[in-house]
Amino acid sequence: MKSDDDITQRRPMDMPLARVPVGDVHVIAERCKECGYCIEYCPTQVLVYTKEMNTKGYHYPIVAEGKETSCVHCKYCDLICPELAIYTTSSDDDRDSDG
Amino acid sequence: MAKTAAKIVPPQPVSRVVTGTHFMLGDHACAEGAMAAGLDFFGGYPITPSTEVAEHLATRLPAVGGKYVQMEDELGSIAAIIGASVAGARSFTATSGPGFSLMMENIGLAAMMEIPIVIVDVMRASPSTGLPTMVGQADILQARWGSHGDYGVVAYCPSSPQECFELTIDAFNAADRYRVPVFILMDEVVGHMAERVVIPDADKIPHVSRKRPQTKPGVEPFLPYAPDKDLVPPMAHAGEGYKVHMTGLTHDERGYPHLTADTHNQLINRLIDKVRLNAPDIIDYEERHVDDAETVVIAYGCTARSARAAVDYARSDGLKCGLLRPKTIWPFPATRIERLINKGSVQRFIVPEVNLGQLRREIERITQLPVVGLNHAGGEMPTPKAILEVIKS
Amino acid sequence: MNTQTDSSFSVVHPIDHLMRADRLPHILCAGCGIGTVIHSYVHAINEFGVDEDRHVCVSGIGCSGRAAGYVNVDSYHTTHGRALPFALGIAVYNPELTVTVISGDGDLMAIGGNHFIHAARRNANLNVICINNFNYGMTGGQVGPTTPVGAKGTTAPQGSVEHPFNLPHLAKAAGASFVARWTVLHVRQFTDAVLRAMNKKGFCFIEVLAPCPTSFGRRNNLGEGLDEVEMYRQRCRIENGAQDLEPLDIDIVDHEQTITVGNFVDIERAAFLA
Repeated sequence: MKSDDDITQRRPMDMPLARVPVGDVHVIAERCKECGYCIEYCPTQVLVYTKEMNTKGYHYPIVAEGKETSCVHCKYCDLICPELAIYTTSSDDDRDSDG
Repeated sequence: MAKTAAKIVPPQPVSRVVTGTHFMLGDHACAEGAMAAGLDFFGGYPITPSTEVAEHLATRLPAVGGKYVQMEDELGSIAAIIGASVAGARSFTATSGPGFSLMMENIGLAAMMEIPIVIVDVMRASPSTGLPTMVGQADILQARWGSHGDYGVVAYCPSSPQECFELTIDAFNAADRYRVPVFILMDEVVGHMAERVVIPDADKIPHVSRKRPQTKPGVEPFLPYAPDKDLVPPMAHAGEGYKVHMTGLTHDERGYPHLTADTHNQLINRLIDKVRLNAPDIIDYEERHVDDAETVVIAYGCTARSARAAVDYARSDGLKCGLLRPKTIWPFPATRIERLINKGSVQRFIVPEVNLGQLRREIERITQLPVVGLNHAGGEMPTPKAILEVIKS
Repeated sequence: MNTQTDSSFSVVHPIDHLMRADRLPHILCAGCGIGTVIHSYVHAINEFGVDEDRHVCVSGIGCSGRAAGYVNVDSYHTTHGRALPFALGIAVYNPELTVTVISGDGDLMAIGGNHFIHAARRNANLNVICINNFNYGMTGGQVGPTTPVGAKGTTAPQGSVEHPFNLPHLAKAAGASFVARWTVLHVRQFTDAVLRAMNKKGFCFIEVLAPCPTSFGRRNNLGEGLDEVEMYRQRCRIENGAQDLEPLDIDIVDHEQTITVGNFVDIERAAFLA
């Protein structure tokens, strides 16, 4: 009988070829209303609130210290943002600007 | 048993303009007027005594490629025709008092967004369900003031099936020319009356087009609510690339909500002035023996038919009596009446109406002379004899 | 000094060309889900691949009704409840246009309820996005046609005693060709549903649950927008193709109840004058 451990240790054969995308986060600070969706639902916990406030008095997101290369460009922060205040671009290819 | 011979079905007329001389119902003449005017979209809901307009168009309009939709209610009818109009259609609905009341909110939207629409209200005795199959003329003030707020409208009032045809064409042209809601205030008698209707050749039908943007979409900026000198802004349609925004909120020239008292005051005054300053071009009326008249009867719709007979009888009796028949109730031909008064011969006005004095109030507003009403709440129209008696009194 | 590089701050979002960006930030409250719906919708237009000049957005009245004012397509902000017949007029007159109605639960289902069932019955060629936040937000939190039993509003301080509509069930029964329910947490599935609606002829209906922390969440112990979205995350169960929509009521008060989301109906039926 196989143990569960064996199953979880299975890997796709082409795993070494797969590249995890790397993204850059861009914030339009003045649009942010501090709802926190991007920070809460970032799969790699890249974002934290700023100490500074925007003109309307909201703490907008920034990339946490030490997380500069952690964004995987999944765009979830972009899609869920009600204010269109955040998006990511691919660091892998500068020509990719589809956000 | 012998077989009955197959019925010969005459081919349906498929041209927009059925040129010729017809014996035609007022409601049908109105529908043919809309057809001749280039109607593209009809959205309606059945209601006596206007249903014949809808029924006629249900056959005629799709046959020439137009769109006919029977909506779920009058709230839907008016919204649908405004929607079709923003997409570029000449659009139309037919109703009567109760349905007209249901349309009032969106008539305000059409006025605010400046969307051309035409509504025929075949008036019946009201309020409420009233006398659905019997005549009334009591929607005169509803047409002017029915929606909330101040705005400008145009309302025509035909007296015969021939005029139902002609004024419906005028209504479409005025709607497109001034970007306002335009009404045809027919009454049950005129709507359900069959008379001779002469429809001219297609090239004799007057046509006024909407003012359209002069700029190319996406290249040069277009301000959808920047008016020209005549206070009417050019209109871009949905799907043309201008990416307009239109709202019932108080808006600026971009069409964006701009919720300030100043913007509101400026906008609403323009909506009023658009009709007020262009009124000389819109107003239409017919006069009969008014030049030396001491008594002037002012009547419209079916009532004007009795009034004309009464005035003719009075003249043959040697009475100096005339008839002024407004074909446009709104804007009201006040300037013409003032000029008549200033000439000095007029001593009194008589206003017969199938309501309790709605248009009489307008005349009382502009003169100190006696204004005598001959009123019935609805269900029957005044006879020539009844009007003659008032003239002779 | 923070760790931001200069390029991390921007003033333009890549999808701004489909927004009236000069009007941002919008009027909606912090944590309100309507902005996410608008964002997903313009994303779908972007993905749709057809000329956005041929796409029209119509809204009614209320917070959700403001959607039309922010999208950079021909857009019409109409009267309360009448977005659907207005949109029908556009779609019937010019069948080459795709027309999307974005409005709220009160606008589409209470004051506009009659138009909703009849547009679905006709299978009018419209995409309808109903943003359901369970209350009338713009006027300050009154109960409406989707307020769950027991949920509080300013006009039901002891909790609503009326049964709410189950919108997917209503839409299916009335004849819609496509019926889905998602939440603002499910942005990818929701955007995909909008795309499917845009590519499908006929009446396509998508309910999207959105937090209204200011007017609804506050009175119903749902916390901030984030807390309500987290509640969706914990309670939502995806069941695409669910056949029986009748049991899919939403119970906000009982936190043990699941909320079923998914693309439920996708049938072929002749579209109205399309």
